[in-house]
Amino acid sequence: MDINFNADVIVVGAGPCGISASMSVALNGKKVVLIDKSQYAGSKNMYGGAVYDCALREVFKDEVDNLPYERIINSNSWTFLNDTGSFELKYKDNSLKNAYAIKRFNLEKWMIGIAKKNGVYYIPNTKVNDLIKKDGAVVGVETNLEKYYAPVVIIADGVNSMLAKKLNLRQKYTPKDMLLSAKETLKLDKKTLENRFNLSPDGKNGVCKMFFGGIEEYKDLFMMSFLYTFKDTIMLGVGASLQDLTKYKLNINELLDKIKLHPDISPLIEGSRTIEYSAHLIPETGYNKLPKLYTSGALLAGDASGFINSIHSEGTNFALISGKLAGESALFALENNDFSQSTLSIYKKKLDKSFILKDLYSYRNVIDKLHSRSKSLSFYYPKKIKEFFNIILSADCKSKSKHFRKFFFNFIKDRNIFEIIKDVFAFSKCALDVFFGR
Amino acid sequence: MKKEDNKKSIQDKLNTIKYNCDSKTHLKVEQKKCLKCREKTCTFICPANVYSTDEESGYTIVQYENCLECGACKIACPKDAIDWDYPDAGYGVIYKNS
Ligand SMILES: Cc1cc2nc3c(=O)[nH]c(=O)nc-3n(C[C@H](O)[C@H](O)[C@H](O)COP(=O)(O)OP(=O)(O)OC[C@H]3O[C@@H](n4cnc5c(N)ncnc54)[C@H](O)[C@@H]3O)c2cc1C
Ligand code: SF4
Ligand code: SF4
Repeated sequence: MDINFNADVIVVGAGPCGISASMSVALNGKKVVLIDKSQYAGSKNMYGGAVYDCALREVFKDEVDNLPYERIINSNSWTFLNDTGSFELKYKDNSLKNAYAIKRFNLEKWMIGIAKKNGVYYIPNTKVNDLIKKDGAVVGVETNLEKYYAPVVIIADGVNSMLAKKLNLRQKYTPKDMLLSAKETLKLDKKTLENRFNLSPDGKNGVCKMFFGGIEEYKDLFMMSFLYTFKDTIMLGVGASLQDLTKYKLNINELLDKIKLHPDISPLIEGSRTIEYSAHLIPETGYNKLPKLYTSGALLAGDASGFINSIHSEGTNFALISGKLAGESALFALENNDFSQSTLSIYKKKLDKSFILKDLYSYRNVIDKLHSRSKSLSFYYPKKIKEFFNIILSADCKSKSKHFRKFFFNFIKDRNIFEIIKDVFAFSKCALDVFFGR
Repeated sequence: MKKEDNKKSIQDKLNTIKYNCDSKTHLKVEQKKCLKCREKTCTFICPANVYSTDEESGYTIVQYENCLECGACKIACPKDAIDWDYPDAGYGVIYKNS
């Protein structure tokens, strides 16, 4: 070919995925260019709050010991909210050290620093507007400044991937495919925060709380909220599908404001001040709507491929590892000097063997099922839990057996038996899928 | 919550965000489609309240300066009327605490 290549590999997008991809290429002595449109790495990105040790170590090895994190998340809880109260499951382990709360601005800055040290050529402030193709293969990118050429382009441009669309790797998204999330970063005095969340004063540990439901007005709305403690800030956010929001003509900020007033949440954030508001999409396309992951001269990874498990708040680890596998696949193509689609298909094989496509596969129906049973999850069962505990705690000088019998009969009477069967069916299908997954 | 209260709430929150604003818009709408649109999804879906309808003309007003670049409007618009792109390099939202 008569193209003058500027690099062996071009990576578009300096999120966890792109940085990881560029690292794995550079570590093998190949020339890699990493391009991001933002002025400062990470300044366009937001998330809930934690990155995971295992995936970080796969990419950054012992450097992770110097990660400038704010807290180690070692206490997790899952809470079902009803209108006046909640039912909570909590697990805390002081020896846990696998999730770090760190702001994206600091995370990406730290990752970029290491990537540069290892030879990655980082170009910020530069937007890729299109891909350059020759004889059907991608051979470079067109930016607002100049063109860059390389035999492999790794596309890691995040959830809205314009480049995957341009290459026809993905279909058009529909409102069902996306959760919209809005978040507030709330400043709170460090001591008050530690007292409130029962954290040791050494400032190391932190909590992550997930909340389901909590707003009874919208009975079918499947809504999740999250809370992470950072050093002297709290991240509080909500997420709901674009489809549900459209159905109820709802703005995500209304949900955020409402959940802030919930009796179980408002005391947690009392006295805090909003220092940043942010919003972002979360892909729910999953295994059933997997895009085409490779084509001649290009690979697609991270959020751009819908690699995420929102049930477990896992996304950065999917991004880091898929980026790494994309980088390795590019190296394989370079070794063989063959950048055809069939050579690059090694990427899909690597993904198949990793937790990425295994988890995506075993969770392929979970989100759909949860959405289809959202009324039960967000409304009916929280209501029943409330009734149940009101019986247990009532101490109302009446016989417990009578109460329990009444509860049981109401449980069946209040609900169409077919609905109960549908719930049982949906939830066991999810459980079986995950248990017998790949 | 009243729509007006939500708008005010969003405006207060947007004031916490740093932007590097471009002088030209990165969001374009096909006004012809908007004139025929009943849902007006863009006017309630956007977390930054970028869109509103001009009562007199029926056109969609786009306050692109407030955009958080999430991509929701593009996907939710029932008429596919939004020509969506990120702002140019270096422009747009700058999150430091997210
Ligand atoms: C509300 C919320 C909570 C979350 N919570 C968690 C959590 O607690 N833990 C977790 O692990 N994951 C979480 N995630 C998921 C996680 O944030 C993502 O999975 C992860 O950031 C994906 O990384 P990425 O590198 O693929 O994409 P991104 O992080 O989105 O990075 C894409 C990059 O590409 C750049 N870019 C895009 N287009 C172009 C272009 N044309 N030219 C140049 N540059 C471009 C962007 O500027 C950006 O820097 C959460 C997500 C959300 C929205
Ligand atoms: S939803 Fe789409 S078509 Fe309707 S007014 Fe908004 S941009 Fe126009
Ligand atoms: S991208 Fe998001 S913030 Fe920007 S206009 Fe569309 S919905 Fe609003």
